[in-house]
Amino acid sequence: MDIDLLSNILYAMVRTGTPLLLVALGELVCEKSGVLNLGQEGMLLMGAVVGFVAALLSGSLMLGFLLAILAGVAMSLLFGLIALGFSANQVATGLALTIFGTGLSAFIGSEFVGKPIDGLDPIALPLLSEIPLIGKMLFAQDPVVYLSFALFIAVYWFFRSSRPGLVVKAVGENPHAANAIGLPVMRTRYLAVMFGGAMAGLAGGYLSIAYTPLWVENMSAGRGWIALALVVFASWKVERVLLGAWLFGLASILHLVFQGLGFSISSNLLAILPYAATILVLVLLSRNQIRARLLAPISLGKPFHASS
Amino acid sequence: MAEPHITPPRLTLRGITKTYPGCVANDAIDLSIEAAEIHALLGENGAGKSTLMKVIYGLVKPDQGELLWDGLPIDVRDPAHARKLGIGMVFQHFSLFETLTVTENIALALGEDAGDLPSLAERISAVSQKYGMALNPDREVHTLSVGERQRVEIVRCLVQPIKLLILDEPTSVLTPQEVETLFVTLRQLAEEGCSILFISHKLNEVRALCHRATILRAGRVSGECVPTEESSESLARMMVGDDTPISTDYPKVQGQEPFLQVRGLTRLSDDPFGVDLQAISFDVQAGEILGIAGVAGNGQEELLGALSGEDEVDNHDAIHFPHGAVGHLSPRERRAAGMAFVPEERLGRGAVPDMSLKDNALLTGFLTGLVKRGLIAHGKTRDFAEQIIERYRVKTPGTETHAASLSGGNLQKFIIGREIMQQPKLLIAAHPTWGVDIGAATAIHKALIELRDQGAAILVVSEDIDELFQISDRIGALCHGRLSPIKATPQTSINEVGRWMAGDFSEPQATAETISA
Repeated sequence: MDIDLLSNILYAMVRTGTPLLLVALGELVCEKSGVLNLGQEGMLLMGAVVGFVAALLSGSLMLGFLLAILAGVAMSLLFGLIALGFSANQVATGLALTIFGTGLSAFIGSEFVGKPIDGLDPIALPLLSEIPLIGKMLFAQDPVVYLSFALFIAVYWFFRSSRPGLVVKAVGENPHAANAIGLPVMRTRYLAVMFGGAMAGLAGGYLSIAYTPLWVENMSAGRGWIALALVVFASWKVERVLLGAWLFGLASILHLVFQGLGFSISSNLLAILPYAATILVLVLLSRNQIRARLLAPISLGKPFHASS
Repeated sequence: MAEPHITPPRLTLRGITKTYPGCVANDAIDLSIEAAEIHALLGENGAGKSTLMKVIYGLVKPDQGELLWDGLPIDVRDPAHARKLGIGMVFQHFSLFETLTVTENIALALGEDAGDLPSLAERISAVSQKYGMALNPDREVHTLSVGERQRVEIVRCLVQPIKLLILDEPTSVLTPQEVETLFVTLRQLAEEGCSILFISHKLNEVRALCHRATILRAGRVSGECVPTEESSESLARMMVGDDTPISTDYPKVQGQEPFLQVRGLTRLSDDPFGVDLQAISFDVQAGEILGIAGVAGNGQEELLGALSGEDEVDNHDAIHFPHGAVGHLSPRERRAAGMAFVPEERLGRGAVPDMSLKDNALLTGFLTGLVKRGLIAHGKTRDFAEQIIERYRVKTPGTETHAASLSGGNLQKFIIGREIMQQPKLLIAAHPTWGVDIGAATAIHKALIELRDQGAAILVVSEDIDELFQISDRIGALCHGRLSPIKATPQTSINEVGRWMAGDFSEPQATAETISA
């Protein structure tokens, strides 16, 4: 295989992995605070349609991204109100949010299907992008990809050495104890959910403005679910989320690569790879009870009410 | 303490009242704690101790009444405010985060005052050294023992200036040696001027440690005293009231026919850290209580598992009921043959935490006609649960209450009641009064004696040697999976059983010879 092809595969891998990375980073923060939001797919779609329509009508890609993020935050607040404010079942609420977001995005976007916009252009950094093999992958991407690198570092640092990161972990592990020592459990969880919404909205905007600059109904094609699986796959570790997002990105372009190389493997078969990998990781994790307990946020998915 | 009339008390509570739906947790409670005083708050489970200390710590808002801090009225808004005032609290169920290190745990509680982690770790080491509580700040909490976790909670209070330390049942999780170490620390703290509110229902500890005591009963103050001037009996009387008997002696009886016969029970443990049972033989006779003593982890779990039918035994003949070998029977089949079983773990094995008392009653009671043609007789089941609650004085709003919301003692009364009400011919009870207060323990003991007098065979496995001497007719001990000789209780002594627990099963011939020589 020549180095140009390899360099292109790596470039496409990061590009494809970016929306997964963004959604998964958001969901990771959310789950670390003990909230399981299965509404990622719905938030992603809302971000995509709102971002696309805003960019199309205003002609400003920047405004498109901004409104995409706001749409994600609005959706996550709806989730927060029901699942945190009213202590509803988080799984049911998240599923409802996905169904709601899928339907609403199709409704909003029905008149804009297939309309073209000028998407976000890549910016190749001088010199750096000339590095063989990884230059194109890391330094010839569009601004949102660069932003995803920055967000990854920020989230990594947040959990590794910031006090708010410690608070989020504490709230996700034992909200009652956190409350007893005076940490703001509800505020922390709301903020974590909103961060998850913002990241999903941004990822949606990336899909419809940069990755494939157009709107098609249900264009996220299950990326929200893959990102959810990815968080488990990464066993709630930030650095593994990056690795996993790119790996899953690679898996989803693998059929193109194989076609290019002359193999024929069903793309459907390759599409199940991320899920199969997640199941495998879950099995391996649950083999050791103690490890499993220490990795997942202990109170994940359990509603908290201060008086109980 | 020298001039209590000039200096106002550190903390004064006046007429604190807190009502929850269905119960008055605190009813016009007055309490005052001086500087440098170790003050006991005594009371049974459900007497309102926990609610009262949550009021002091700002976790619960009282409906009525006021708090005075150093003589000035104050409204403790939340735990953070309480800490700012200098109030620290050590919870019974630790409020620690297992996946974080000791330093991180403490940093979380201190808020912005924590400073950077390395310097906080140094402060933690300094405090833990000063008060003789060895602690490694870099360990993750899940790797710590229960005693060490408690140290984390205490050190967490001590790294800040502290004026009042509240400890909720701090000794219930400690070994006797650890309790001693804790008391040394607490006395040292009090000498330095810190007030301590020590919440407990263990009378000996209160008498050994505390300067004054306030006793709560059913949400009200039922007495105030100097514990060293009281006997355990008089303290107990104030806790449980006049109408609850606190009998200490039961007549010893001789059993009749053996009901349970165990012969050469040998079993290798499935758990790599478990204990192998080695050729255990004993009988439990109808109409007697056999007590088995032993320090935890000497084969009790394994023996109970083999007897209840949860663990498989290779040699089916090793366990006999009067009608034949039962070693191959499932727990359900053994129950049908007249056995009842009270496991050590109340929530999870004795009862399902998230199910109502009614459904929990059904779980083992279904053989007594509560299920007809595969359908649950709901009316009968409710009656059954109500009878248990009434006869064994389980404090609960009703049969629909979840098992998890009952206090340990109340749930244990319910579980024992459920088993006894089924009129078993053999009752196996593990640690029946572990973590249970006096009133409930007495009720449980009386229920066991009553069942014995009706002719049931009873096996009690317990770590509480006083309890075994009180209720058992015969007694033995487990050590490293071996069973000591079994003797009638009046013919042995706490000393001898203590030797058995340490693995010395020999007759004390040496002393006999010295005397004759």
